[in-house]
Amino acid sequence: MSDTAPAASGLAAPRAPVAIDGAARSRSVLRRYAGRNRLAVLGAGLLLAATLLAALAPWLPLADPDTVATARRLQPPLTPGHPLGTDEFGRDMLARLVWGARVSLLAGVATAAGSLLIGLVFGVLAGYRGGWAETILMRLTDVMMAFPYILLAIAIVAGLGPGLRNAMVAIAIVGFPLYARLVRGLVLSLREREFVEAARALGGRDRRILVRHLLPHLISPVVVAFSLDVGAKILATAGLSFLGLGTQPPTADWGSMLATARQFVVLRPHVALLPGLAIFVVVLALNLVGDALRDLLDPRTRQS
Amino acid sequence: MALFLLRRLLLVGPVLLGVSLVVFAVLHISPGDPAEIMLGPQATHEDITRLRTELGLDEPLPVQYARWMGRVLQGDLGRSLWMKRPVLGEVLRRFQATVVLAASALLLSTLGGIALGVLSAARRNSLLDRLSALASLFGASMPSFWLGIVLMVIFALWLGWLPASGMFAPYGGGGVGDLLSHLVLPTVTLAAASLTIIARLTRSTMLDVLGQDFVRTARAKGVRESFVVVRHALRNALIPTVTVVGVQAGYLLGGAVLTETVFAWPGVGTLMVQGILARDFPLVQGCVLVIALGFVLVNLTVDVLYATLDPRIRRE
Repeated sequence: MSDTAPAASGLAAPRAPVAIDGAARSRSVLRRYAGRNRLAVLGAGLLLAATLLAALAPWLPLADPDTVATARRLQPPLTPGHPLGTDEFGRDMLARLVWGARVSLLAGVATAAGSLLIGLVFGVLAGYRGGWAETILMRLTDVMMAFPYILLAIAIVAGLGPGLRNAMVAIAIVGFPLYARLVRGLVLSLREREFVEAARALGGRDRRILVRHLLPHLISPVVVAFSLDVGAKILATAGLSFLGLGTQPPTADWGSMLATARQFVVLRPHVALLPGLAIFVVVLALNLVGDALRDLLDPRTRQS
Repeated sequence: MALFLLRRLLLVGPVLLGVSLVVFAVLHISPGDPAEIMLGPQATHEDITRLRTELGLDEPLPVQYARWMGRVLQGDLGRSLWMKRPVLGEVLRRFQATVVLAASALLLSTLGGIALGVLSAARRNSLLDRLSALASLFGASMPSFWLGIVLMVIFALWLGWLPASGMFAPYGGGGVGDLLSHLVLPTVTLAAASLTIIARLTRSTMLDVLGQDFVRTARAKGVRESFVVVRHALRNALIPTVTVVGVQAGYLLGGAVLTETVFAWPGVGTLMVQGILARDFPLVQGCVLVIALGFVLVNLTVDVLYATLDPRIRRE
């Protein structure tokens, strides 16, 4: 994050009357901030660790996550050879958790990015052009908000058929109004600002004004929304997998691990407790980092 | 007030139309032929053709929609292919269980959230305030279904205080006490996240209100602090809380799907998931429609309540 933060926060302060050396100032803000907010640093550390584990899974000295060994099923944690025990098919829990991180993290980032992209396009069109794009967007959002979030995602999966890809499509679609509304609001207010008027007076075309003058101002609020959204998206995909509508067996994914473990929770609680704990820790870390980013990039909330 | 009600009721029309379109689309966004999907790979060509005619799938989409809508308005949601029964009766029966669960969770999260928020604001930076801040961070990060499993392991398996699943005991159950004991764990699970959200919001609006002039005046007059907090501040702080309670009510109806699955609660959510896995489209449509209708009704109620509490809203 440290290489995007200075540039973005320099842009986030268009009100500053005097241009100081933006990057240097941001770096010192970042350092002071890190000293004050240990929780955010902890969150970033956890997140980095989880990402590294997930990315390096194929090269780590782990058991194969899909190898079934029924003789060694439901072993408790700290069993030799299986530090976190085994599941109902005797598969190594640690390996499945690490491989499951790949699916869960990727699903969270990809679905949030999907929502962001659709929302950005709709939001810019609706805010800058108005007209049909705005009418469609606002009516569509009204209807989508007439459904509880998870219900709409479930309904879309019902139509497309269960499976991780379809679950991700559903969650990305359901989540886009959040970004669209945010971006539309920002564009609506930016459109009226003097620098846009000046650019237009100088003969700037719409596309140039959008890309060169408006988009840079959207970066930091959208980055903040995105960072807080990834956690919510991980929870949502895990939820669908838990219901049996997302990842299908034998693929390891934290949500589906929880779903199958539910039947064995009486015998060995660890099979259900560990995947949930993994989701909890990662989403908590994401929320800590997201909150910190919001404080850092949005000067208005810095005091509170 | 009458005018406000009328205008708000008129807004329900387009939303319901949109809801019906989305629910209808559920059957038709599937990439394959719904009849083929429902019957599975072993179905014969004749079976598929018969089901297609039965569901009216061989007609143009607008005609299908109009037919379906006409039947829905008459209270006919079709027949469940899996249970071989009319969908409406089954869905309504299950919906009652969902409403019981969602309503008790709403009650717990609202009362608990407001109480926690008021206490945290009145004793700012106290241990309670910090714990509530921590709880809200956890509440936003914890998968509700996992919380349910954890509670089940602790209170049902280890301590044996409460039943682990279902709505009534299979033998000799059925009383109110039996229902309440089955209700505790699902209610806490479902209410947890909403409770922390309501608590944080109540806290921040309470802090705003407590800093205002009329509160200082009341204190200066020598009004007791508890009276200032409850009668002067809380009444004014409740208005934003009502909005968020409304949002949470809808969330609880939808979120109940996960909680119901954890505790095998016989609600409409578990029915819907079973319907999806059984490829029973009429059943799924019925479930989605009923939950969405419930959600729209809740939102309407909240808006009316909001206007009653705050006369300024009515004049807009």
